[in-house]
Amino acid sequence: MLQYVLKRLGIAILVAVTVSMITFSMIYLSGDPAIALAGETATQEDIQNIRRVYGYDQPIVVQYANWLWNALQGDFGQSHYLKKPVADVIFERLPTTMLLGACALIFALVLSIPLGVVAAVRPNSLIDRIALTIAVVGQAMPSFWFALTMMLWLGIYWRLLPISGTASWANFVMPSIALGYYITPAVMRLTRAGMLEVLSSDYIRTARAKGLRPMTVLFKHALRNAIIPVVSLAAVQFGFMLGGSIVIETIFAVNGLGFLAWESIQRADLPMMQAIVLVLSFFYIILTFLADMLNAWLDPRIRVM
Amino acid sequence: MMRSILTGLAAAIAAVSLGVVPSYAGKSDDTLNWATDREVAVVDPYYNNTRELVIQGHMGWDGLLFRDATTGEFQPLLATKWEWKDNVTLEVDLREGVKFHDGSDFDADDVVYTVKHVSNKDNGVLTFRNVGWMKEAEKLASHKVRIHLHKPFPAALAYLSNAVFIVPSGHYDNAPNKADGKKDFGAVKPVGTGPYKMTELKAGEYILWEKHSDYFKASPKGQPTIGKIRFRTIKELNTQLAELLTGGLDWIWDVPKDQAERLQEQGQVTVENAKTMRVSYMAFDVDGDSGQKFFTDKKVRMAVAHAINREAITKNLVGPASSVIHSACHPDQFACTQDVTKWNYDPEKAKALLKEAGYPDGFEFDIYAYRQREYTEAVIGDLAKVGIKAKLTFLQYRKLRDLVWKGQTPINHMTWGSNSIPDVSAITSHFFSGGRDDPAKDDDVIKALAEGDTSTDPEARKMAYKKALAKISAELYWLPMFTYAKYYVYSKDLDFQTTPDEIPRFYSAKWN
Repeated sequence: MLQYVLKRLGIAILVAVTVSMITFSMIYLSGDPAIALAGETATQEDIQNIRRVYGYDQPIVVQYANWLWNALQGDFGQSHYLKKPVADVIFERLPTTMLLGACALIFALVLSIPLGVVAAVRPNSLIDRIALTIAVVGQAMPSFWFALTMMLWLGIYWRLLPISGTASWANFVMPSIALGYYITPAVMRLTRAGMLEVLSSDYIRTARAKGLRPMTVLFKHALRNAIIPVVSLAAVQFGFMLGGSIVIETIFAVNGLGFLAWESIQRADLPMMQAIVLVLSFFYIILTFLADMLNAWLDPRIRVM
Repeated sequence: MMRSILTGLAAAIAAVSLGVVPSYAGKSDDTLNWATDREVAVVDPYYNNTRELVIQGHMGWDGLLFRDATTGEFQPLLATKWEWKDNVTLEVDLREGVKFHDGSDFDADDVVYTVKHVSNKDNGVLTFRNVGWMKEAEKLASHKVRIHLHKPFPAALAYLSNAVFIVPSGHYDNAPNKADGKKDFGAVKPVGTGPYKMTELKAGEYILWEKHSDYFKASPKGQPTIGKIRFRTIKELNTQLAELLTGGLDWIWDVPKDQAERLQEQGQVTVENAKTMRVSYMAFDVDGDSGQKFFTDKKVRMAVAHAINREAITKNLVGPASSVIHSACHPDQFACTQDVTKWNYDPEKAKALLKEAGYPDGFEFDIYAYRQREYTEAVIGDLAKVGIKAKLTFLQYRKLRDLVWKGQTPINHMTWGSNSIPDVSAITSHFFSGGRDDPAKDDDVIKALAEGDTSTDPEARKMAYKKALAKISAELYWLPMFTYAKYYVYSKDLDFQTTPDEIPRFYSAKWN
């Protein structure tokens, strides 16, 4: 197990370093950062001064090393637009995105795993077809359209939920459903496929032959094995939801990282964009690493592969 | 198991519908909620030049003068009397008994401090043109000052009423430092004398203002009647509309024409199309700096002007309050004459001119724009009808402005709001005085504008500006397009008056 952990950790670190290099290079993609920082009224002298103060006059390798060192200490620089330390803004808005991502993931798992199990237990039944329909519709439907439709019915016609903002838990219901529904089809299909495979295996037949209760066979023996790939997928999808909530956060005016990313792109706020990409990538890497560890713990065969 | 899930779901829905839905609802909790798609992080009229902050600037701060947006007359605000001592000296008597939001009294020291701070270029006021014309202010008595100008500046009163807001003495002294060691003046907690004071700011979400209970009674702005005003950032227009229809918002603007018309038909909310001080224009690359030399030939510029059906664009796309303009300014601005060369819609004449210029089959060029893509697409459609193929590059404003400054745009279709200053100097002088925005750098125009900008005789100014505007239109350095109009949509509970300067006066709004 230790060897496996070290191997996965090595890969994760390698990916993280690569991501940090790509992220750092973003600052030079749109021209001279000193000119961007100086603003429209700056003189040549001001620009030179900014180059010196921010270290843009140093060799690029030195700049990267300094930037990485500062980033590791939580210093991502100053936002060009908000005029505040980038780290402060990110950590102010991260909890909102994490909460939204977590709610969306819970919604997706609560909906998709039982549906996947039921669909596998009764293949080709009505419920299986309903589950498949949900999967197909979920994959085909653009999230912004689904979000707006939900807003129309739950917000405007029935007045059940607030339209936008983050004032109470009720504000998170629609964004969570809109975001979570997007990953539901994949999780459901994976659960269904895993369950179908496991339910036809010998040890399940043996368990049934021993006279175990159907629920025990289903949840204790079958689901535990079928759920392994779902854990990986859920972890990866959670990372995706943190970074991919731009549309949902924008529609529901949820003041999280996705919304901040969109605003920062529009305002060409490079330090903010760099930090958001880096932070989200790191989350993604950490989640993937943790999912690998969890899989290895659940299925010992993985450790020796 | 299924039954318990359904029971739980029903209970959840019941709980939500029985009052969990939070309401920002306006009239019931005396809070006017309005929204735009822009995030406001800095609440200071000198260090944030977005329209949202211009609007909130008039809520939180007062200037020395007040300009009645309907009549155009100047009235006393923090000043009680003003008098020009000579072309560059304005003497001002100040009002007594006015209090800042922090409880301190307003006096001459505040005016002297404000002028000293904002007129110092090193302090980085964003729109320096608004304040850079002032040299200094001198205290004559506890409530009397003299403002000295660098040179004659006839639009001074317009700027004093719209762009120079008074802050308390010492306001910026303890501003925190930025990473580069400079002071971050925009981070100072806002304090003004205005009818509303800021009480909460959550960047990216909202800014809350509350009624200033000590607001001085004689203010021409009137007394605030609505308890709180909350500005919210809601990026998506559909979300804004949904909030408006469910009472979460009381006021929005910039609603597209088709949606505004549908809302008007439904009758749930008040829909109004009102003019603004923003104008649309097309600037030609007269010198051929962009590498596409077509527009160095005046006949080609004339062909373009005759090819575009501006009347149809205003009528079908912008709204009834919009009108076609012929001068490089807004008709409501001082000295903006429309008595200039007019380029009417005449596609046949456009084709003939193209033939004369050596392009009988038309040509292909790049057009740049940043705002209301559909307007530029209408222009492209009209040009195509006479054989000119325009390829659209649609950019963010900042990026396009950089390209314009570098002379890389054969035609740029842009807009200008003049910072709501009702004077030609805020637009024509800005664009045609030989600076980086000037597409022609025409000596005659530059000279005439300089004359208009420095003369204090209104008639002489009008003459000078007319000379400049006539040449700009005759030579077609710009093709002035139309005035902008905005659709405002607001709650039936709200008694709100639109103004032609694109600055909604929320401080004078009331509940019906």
